[in-house]
Amino acid sequence: MLKVSNVSKTFNPGTVYEKVALTDVDLVLNEGDFVTVIGGNGAGKSTLLNCVAGVYPVDSGTVFIDNANVTKQPEHVRARFLGRVFQDPMMGTAASMGLEENLALAYRRGQRRTLRWGISNKERAYYREQLKTLELGLEDRLGTKVGLLSGGQRQAITLLMATMKKPRLLLLDEHTAALDPKTALKVLLLSDKLIREHQITTLMVTHNMKDAIKCGNRLVMMHEGRIILDIGGEEKKGLTVDYLLEKFEKASGSELVNDRLLLS
Amino acid sequence: MLGLLQGAVSLGLLWAIMTIGVFITYRILNFADLTVEGSITTGAAVSATLVVSGMNPFLATLIAIFAGMGAGLITGLLHTKLKIPALLSGILTMIALYSINIRIMAKANVSLLRVDTVFSPFTAMGLDTRNAVIVFGLICVVAVILVLYWFFGTEIGCSIRATGNNPRMIRAQGVKTDTMIILGLVISNGLVAFAGALIGQFQSYADIQMGIGSIVIGLASVIIGEVLFGTRNFMNTLFSLMLGAIAYRIIIAVVLELGLAPTDLRLFTAITVAIALSFPVFRTYLGTLIKSIKRGP
Repeated sequence: MLKVSNVSKTFNPGTVYEKVALTDVDLVLNEGDFVTVIGGNGAGKSTLLNCVAGVYPVDSGTVFIDNANVTKQPEHVRARFLGRVFQDPMMGTAASMGLEENLALAYRRGQRRTLRWGISNKERAYYREQLKTLELGLEDRLGTKVGLLSGGQRQAITLLMATMKKPRLLLLDEHTAALDPKTALKVLLLSDKLIREHQITTLMVTHNMKDAIKCGNRLVMMHEGRIILDIGGEEKKGLTVDYLLEKFEKASGSELVNDRLLLS
Repeated sequence: MLGLLQGAVSLGLLWAIMTIGVFITYRILNFADLTVEGSITTGAAVSATLVVSGMNPFLATLIAIFAGMGAGLITGLLHTKLKIPALLSGILTMIALYSINIRIMAKANVSLLRVDTVFSPFTAMGLDTRNAVIVFGLICVVAVILVLYWFFGTEIGCSIRATGNNPRMIRAQGVKTDTMIILGLVISNGLVAFAGALIGQFQSYADIQMGIGSIVIGLASVIIGEVLFGTRNFMNTLFSLMLGAIAYRIIIAVVLELGLAPTDLRLFTAITVAIALSFPVFRTYLGTLIKSIKRGP
């Protein structure tokens, strides 16, 4: 489904700000995989996701989605395969546009935009139905400007936008990190439900070890631009935070686990 | 007094088309486009030159619109393909257009006295020049508003709006934002050139200087329109822009009547825009002031 081979990425090469973000990363996702990615700050988790999404070009290596080589494809072309939710809840929606307009933009992902009217009445009914499943009372606020909604509501909408037209691959980039704990849990449960219901292949980056253990069928740990752990199947089900920390220390050869990783 | 008002309304209606063009870049695309200072003159220069050479004024105006669109295309390419910052891209095109406009006219101005213009069919029906401009200007503005209202509701129009609002989000939805920025600039400068063509034919001359300061006039009209007439929905906003452009002309006519020298107008306009743009700052400041007064010493 997704095949990342030998991907390396260095930011600002040749300057004092040089930062190696990814070194020879290999990752294969099979159809229906729900992979969680954890690691400390600067481990390369988000860079990996952004390289898959085509936000910036890779220095070397290839990215295949559905047997199509997308390594050189720009972001907007790859978008037809991808559903994406960002860390910043403000990032996934257009604030000054209406709720239904945002959904309509997402519903046409990967399609040619024409001079047809932006939203049809038939769609409107469908959006209302979809919004009902979020159980946030948004189904009666189709015309509301998204900027007037809360961060949690906007993140839930972004999730709906990313999955409503079923993507081949869903990319979740620490999408609950900027929310308060209660809302974060809600959004996480919603993600889990949508992913299961539609059986969407997913790559989810998170800072939260418990979430990473709880969700998905595979767990990948990154450190300094490399994948140092890849646990799936039965082993994944029995994982604990302590076990992961121990594994992390062994694999990375360091006892330094950053505070954010521990506290969460 | 009535004559003064008539003059202000007629000129305001023509500038309303330019104001709507400025609104598309400044508000919808979030792109401060200075190309307009050149493309408004281009519109006047192209149409005036062609009309003098004997072309049908309506056809000449149409060609002027295409010339303005070309100017917008250049700015768009400079910004998206060559990665030149928005403000600078517009300035570069504007500067280049100064030379091009003189090339088009072959001199610094073209007179349209005693030549048929787009307003002639209306004066032939017995209207005086100002009323002819009001009638035809109103037809044009309303047509522009209706077409834009439709366009920005279509899939492409929605994508342009989203590009100005959140480019990252709309790229993730598969839209090429570069194309949307170029498209917005093309439409905007086409409208600005349209306004330039009509203004030139109304004033009976095209002049190389006529674009100077036009961006500030456009912004002033946008802000006056939004503040005075509201932005409840898109249709309301578009009509507010029209009324804003007219209101601006009325204000100018009044201050001129009160004795302000015409050369001081630009200073006056700049101050008006500065005050209007800094309004949020003053509001916050006033808000805290009022709170602290309520709280007592």
